[in-house]
Amino acid sequence: MTSSSTTVVPRTKPASTVKRVWQSRNLLYVPLVLMAVFYLIPVYVMLITGLKGFDEVSLRTMWDLPQSIQFENFVAAFKELAPYLWNSFNMVIPAAVISSILGSLNGFVLAKWKFRGADIIFPLILFGMFIPYQSILIPLVEFMRRINLYGGLPGLVLTHVIYGLPITTLTFRNYYASIPKELVEASRMDGAGLLGTYWHILLPISIPSFVVVLIWQFTSAWNDFLFAVVLTSPTNWPITVALNNMAGSQIIAWNIQMAGSFLAAVPTLLVYIFLGRYFLRGLMAGALKG
Amino acid sequence: MLKNKDTILSIALVSPSILAILIFVYGFIAWSGRVSLSQWKGLLPNYDWAGLRNYVELFSDPRFHIDIRNTVIFTVIFVLGSLILGLGLAILLDQGLRGEGFFRSVFLFPMAISYIVTGVVWRWLMNPAMGSRMSGLNLLFSNLGLDFLVNQWHTTPKWGIAAIALAAIWQMSGFTMALYLGGLRAISYELREAARVDGATEFQIYRRIVFPLLAPVTLSAMIILGHMSLKVFDLIIAVAGKQLPLDVPSIYMWQTTFDGLFYARGASIGILLLLSVAVLIVPYLYYTLRTEAEV
Repeated sequence: MTSSSTTVVPRTKPASTVKRVWQSRNLLYVPLVLMAVFYLIPVYVMLITGLKGFDEVSLRTMWDLPQSIQFENFVAAFKELAPYLWNSFNMVIPAAVISSILGSLNGFVLAKWKFRGADIIFPLILFGMFIPYQSILIPLVEFMRRINLYGGLPGLVLTHVIYGLPITTLTFRNYYASIPKELVEASRMDGAGLLGTYWHILLPISIPSFVVVLIWQFTSAWNDFLFAVVLTSPTNWPITVALNNMAGSQIIAWNIQMAGSFLAAVPTLLVYIFLGRYFLRGLMAGALKG
Repeated sequence: MLKNKDTILSIALVSPSILAILIFVYGFIAWSGRVSLSQWKGLLPNYDWAGLRNYVELFSDPRFHIDIRNTVIFTVIFVLGSLILGLGLAILLDQGLRGEGFFRSVFLFPMAISYIVTGVVWRWLMNPAMGSRMSGLNLLFSNLGLDFLVNQWHTTPKWGIAAIALAAIWQMSGFTMALYLGGLRAISYELREAARVDGATEFQIYRRIVFPLLAPVTLSAMIILGHMSLKVFDLIIAVAGKQLPLDVPSIYMWQTTFDGLFYARGASIGILLLLSVAVLIVPYLYYTLRTEAEV
């Protein structure tokens, strides 16, 4: 008995070590909480500023909690920004839906059909998601002018659809490539054609990928500034351009800018809060780590 | 393997997208390249040949020198800051503490917000006003007795761009955290446990086992962040507008093209940006896809 107890590594550590380890592990919460505070500071400032009454707003007391909850700032910011929020929704939803559907079809074909040259086509498509858009901006504007889509939302939708294709295609291709061949072959045995196989077999099981791609496209089109500022005229501005313009003007008070920033962030924040898991997968796909 | 009808259908399904990318990415790059070799300055297109003159002028342009300097400072601070912070957070979150999911969500949420929102808020947080008009983080530091931290942020002479990098780190470090966390989770628990049994200290385990295994993650993160910092645009515009001390190539391109109508120079800057991004991304794509094919 005594000899075995010396050779076997003890499973439970002595009480004092356990306590020390427990205490040192709890110490890890100190940096974690400090960092969480750092990340939440901007949200705190946006929220408390938005919730203060006009009479209570002052840069001197910007860190203090509001004495009473009021919505004057949010109402004022909403009045200012409502048409642009609406523009953003009108632009982002079709952009996300169309590029997801196209990405799914592309991904299906590229994953299930190894044609000659596919190994060249695929990296060429992928490179499209990394290019700095400054390198295509002048032709893009000229092109949109020539087809009469310059200044309006349809041109911006088209732009987001096309430059969204690389990532949507990539995500779906990786997903469809992971699906066993047998599933597809069984469906062909039953006499289903290419589209039948896609529609009845692959589409129903790729709903999670659709969620990933849809929210990714929703977020990136909503947050885009460069395409929007170059391609749209003032009445068609999406929220990012309007907000930036508001912040640049001397007329609109900082508290309304803060409330406006919060309003501009709410749609994508809600998506993140409720569908964060899918958001993270989109993020990893963007780094080719999907 | 595929029936003939299906082959035609497949081509019909993908060709619009492939064609669109060929035109909008590669066709437009070629078109930009052509503009960059032209004399186009003014509202009407002018494709008269200028050779490499636009590029030569750019490299002797003091404004472009400021841009390069700012891009280098921004890249170094942003990439290093995001890597260090991301790695630190990932290691903390990897300890199996309670509330891990909550903290992870908090560290990642800035990724969901636009650079414009981040910029507008940080513009007020980094308000450089002093004395009785002090506000934002300076006011907070002063109230907490940390007066030595009070500074001029993005209006600091010469180094203002570093303050912008700080806001960018706030936005992107969650991303590196997620990459590192994925890397840490991929290192087998047994490996670390075996080292522990052999008497290695935690520090040694990280130094000798964990960090070397995370090197590929670091490389990926550096490439992704590096190419982002070459493209940085919205964040600077939202914090400070178009100011020469905070100028970067993407802002110069935008301004000289659409405000100054100097299309040829704008296109040259665009092409140079593309080349610098390609130097990072092309090898990355090559190796990532090759390893994928081998698996």
